[in-house]
Amino acid sequence: MSIFVDDDTRVVVQGITGGEGKFHTEQMLEYGTNVVAGAVPGKGGQEVAGVPVYDTVDEAVDAEDADASVVFVPPAFAGDAVFEALDTDLDLVVAITEGIPTQDMAKVNKRLSEVDTRLIGPNCPGIITPGEAKLGILPGNIFESGDVGLVSRSGTLTYQVVSNLTERGIGQTTAIGIGGDPIIGTSFVDALEAFEADKDTKAVVMCGEIGGEDEEQAARYIAQNMDTPVAGFIAGRTAPPGKRMGHAGAIVSGSGTGTAESKIGALNDAGVPVGDTPNEVADHIEDFL
Amino acid sequence: MKLHEYQAKQVFADAGIPTPDSRLASTVEEVMDAVDEIGYPAAIKAQVHVGGRGKAGGIEIATSAEEAREAAESILGMDLKGYTVDTVLVEAGVDFENELYVGITMDRGKGEPVAMVSTEGGVDIESVAEETPEKIAREHIDPAFGLHPYQARKVVFGAGIPSDVAMDVASILGTLYDLYESSDASEIEINPVMITADREVVAADAVMNIDEDALFRQPELAEMEDEAAGDELEAKANEYGFDYVRLSGNVGIIGNGAGLVMTTLDLVDYYGGEPANFLDIGGGAKAERVTQALDMVFSDENVDSVVFNIFGGITRGDEVAKGINEALEQFDEIPKKVVVRLAGTNAEEGMEILNEDLVQVEGTLEDAVQRAVENAEEVTQ
Repeated sequence: MSIFVDDDTRVVVQGITGGEGKFHTEQMLEYGTNVVAGAVPGKGGQEVAGVPVYDTVDEAVDAEDADASVVFVPPAFAGDAVFEALDTDLDLVVAITEGIPTQDMAKVNKRLSEVDTRLIGPNCPGIITPGEAKLGILPGNIFESGDVGLVSRSGTLTYQVVSNLTERGIGQTTAIGIGGDPIIGTSFVDALEAFEADKDTKAVVMCGEIGGEDEEQAARYIAQNMDTPVAGFIAGRTAPPGKRMGHAGAIVSGSGTGTAESKIGALNDAGVPVGDTPNEVADHIEDFL
Repeated sequence: MKLHEYQAKQVFADAGIPTPDSRLASTVEEVMDAVDEIGYPAAIKAQVHVGGRGKAGGIEIATSAEEAREAAESILGMDLKGYTVDTVLVEAGVDFENELYVGITMDRGKGEPVAMVSTEGGVDIESVAEETPEKIAREHIDPAFGLHPYQARKVVFGAGIPSDVAMDVASILGTLYDLYESSDASEIEINPVMITADREVVAADAVMNIDEDALFRQPELAEMEDEAAGDELEAKANEYGFDYVRLSGNVGIIGNGAGLVMTTLDLVDYYGGEPANFLDIGGGAKAERVTQALDMVFSDENVDSVVFNIFGGITRGDEVAKGINEALEQFDEIPKKVVVRLAGTNAEEGMEILNEDLVQVEGTLEDAVQRAVENAEEVTQ
C-alpha cells in the first residue's frame, strides 16, 4: 500500500518542454510512472519523450484522463501554474519549483482551501511510492518498497535518511518531501494522518528542520492520534538566530521560536525518539519493526 | 532583503504616510549642516541592519549643536554589533504624547498576512508579544481581497487606540497593507508611530523587509540592497549566487541541499568540532560551481579543514568529482585538507575519478565529518 500516489496515478507535467521538465519526465517514465501528458502554453501539439503536450492543463486532463500534475514551471509563473492546476479538479498537484514568492503562495493557499485537491510543495523533491510511481526529482534507485513511511521538509536529507534505511534492508511505503517554504500545501500532520490510516505503514520517519512551528504541531498530533510509531530528525541545531539557512523557511526567528531545541523537545514529549544523526534515526526505526 | 530606515521611510513618505523632516549624512559636517536646517531637538540614527540600535548607542537625541557634534562623532564610524556605521539619518525630534506599534507580517501557520496594532509602541514588540499578548490586537487578512477598511478600523479600535487619532492610524495601516502587497514585503512595521501634542500621527521609525524570492519583480527595491551591509564573504557568496552563512568555527562545510548541509553542520558540532559556515551549492552543480565553492571556503581565514558532502539527486557525483579535481589541481599546495563524501547519482563513478592525492575520501557521512573534525584539531594543536 501507499499514500497519495500509486501505479494507477496518471500524471500531467506542467513545464514539460523546459530543461528540468524534460529531463525529469524521462526519469519518471523510466521509473514506471504513468506520465500521460504535458501542459505548456503555446506548445500544444508537440511531443516530449513520447508524451503529448497540450496548451492548457484543462485540455491535458480531459484528453488523457489525468488525475495528478507535477509543476516544473519557473518561479515567476509557478503560482499561476498551480492556480491553473487547482482549476481542473485534479486529486494531487506536486510543485517542485523553488523560489515562489511567499505572497503568491498565500493566494494559492487561500484557493486550496476552496477546492478538493491536495498540493505537495512547493520547493520540494516530490513523492515516491517505490516500485510504483514517482512524481518529482527524487533519485529512484535509492528507494525500496517496504513498510516505513517518510515525510520530510528537505530533499537531500530525505535521500540521506532513505539510504540509511535501504542499506539495512528497510524499505518504504511512500516517501514525501513536503518542501522547505514558509507556506506549503501538505503539512507534516496531513502526511502523518495518511500514514496512520495506511495499514501497510508500520513506522514513520519525520525529518524536520528549524523555522516555523509545523514540527511542534505534528508532535501534538502524534501524541493524540497515532498508534504507528514515529522516529524523528531535526536539522539546524547549530543554526544562529535570524539567518536564513538555505530554505526560505529555515530561519530561527529572533524571538526564539522555531529552534531545533523546541522541536526536539516537543517530539520527545510526544514519545517520538529523535536521532542525533541520520543513522540513529534508522536505529530507532529498526527497533520499532 | 532588509531596507535601511531611511529607504523605508522614503517609500512610506511617497505613499503618503507622515514622516519627520530628515536628511542623510555621512560626515560630522553633513550632520551639522542637517541639524542647522532641521533644528532641535534632532535624532541622529545609525543606518545599519541591526535591531536594538537605540540600546546599543546607535541613536542619540541632540538638543544643541554641541550635543549634535558629540553624537555625530560617536556614532559615525562606530562598530554596531559587527557593522560599521557609515551613514546616519538626521531627523527632526518629535514631541510626542503616545507611542504606538503598527505592523504587518506573514502568519506562516495560517498562510495569511496578519495586521498587528498595539498601544505599546517604542519598545521591543517581541517581548510585548511574549509577556502581554493581549496588548497586541491582530487581524488576519485574506490575501485574495486585501485589508478591508472595516478590518483596519476593527484592529485599531480593538487595540484601544485613542479615538481622536484612531481613523488616522487606520488609514496608515491601510496604506501599509497596500505597500506590503505591492512591494512583496515579508514584514512592514512602524515602531513607534508617534502621536504629537497636536494629535498628529507620525511614523518615527520604518522597517521594511522584502521577500528575496520576489525581487525579480521589484527592480526599484532590489537596487536599494546594501551589499556592503553584510559580511565580506557573504557579499562574495551573493555574487556567486550561493546560499551561504558565515559562522564562528573552523570546519568549512560544502554540501548540496539546505537540509543536508544543516545536518552536516550539526554533525560537525556533534563530533566536537565547530562549523565555520553553511554553504549550499544547490541542485545540479557542475564543475565551475564546485571551484567557486572551494574558493569561498578557502577565502575564510578561520577555516582549518573542509568537508564536502554531496548526496546527488539532480546533482551528479562524477561532475562534482571532476570539479573538485580541477579546483584543487590549481594549487601548488592545497591550503586546507579536504574530505569528500559522495553518495547518490553517479557517486561510484565520482569516487573513481577523485584524485586521492588531493583529497581524503570517506564512504559515510559520519566518517567524513569525523575525519574533517580531526583534521581541524590537528591544525589548531
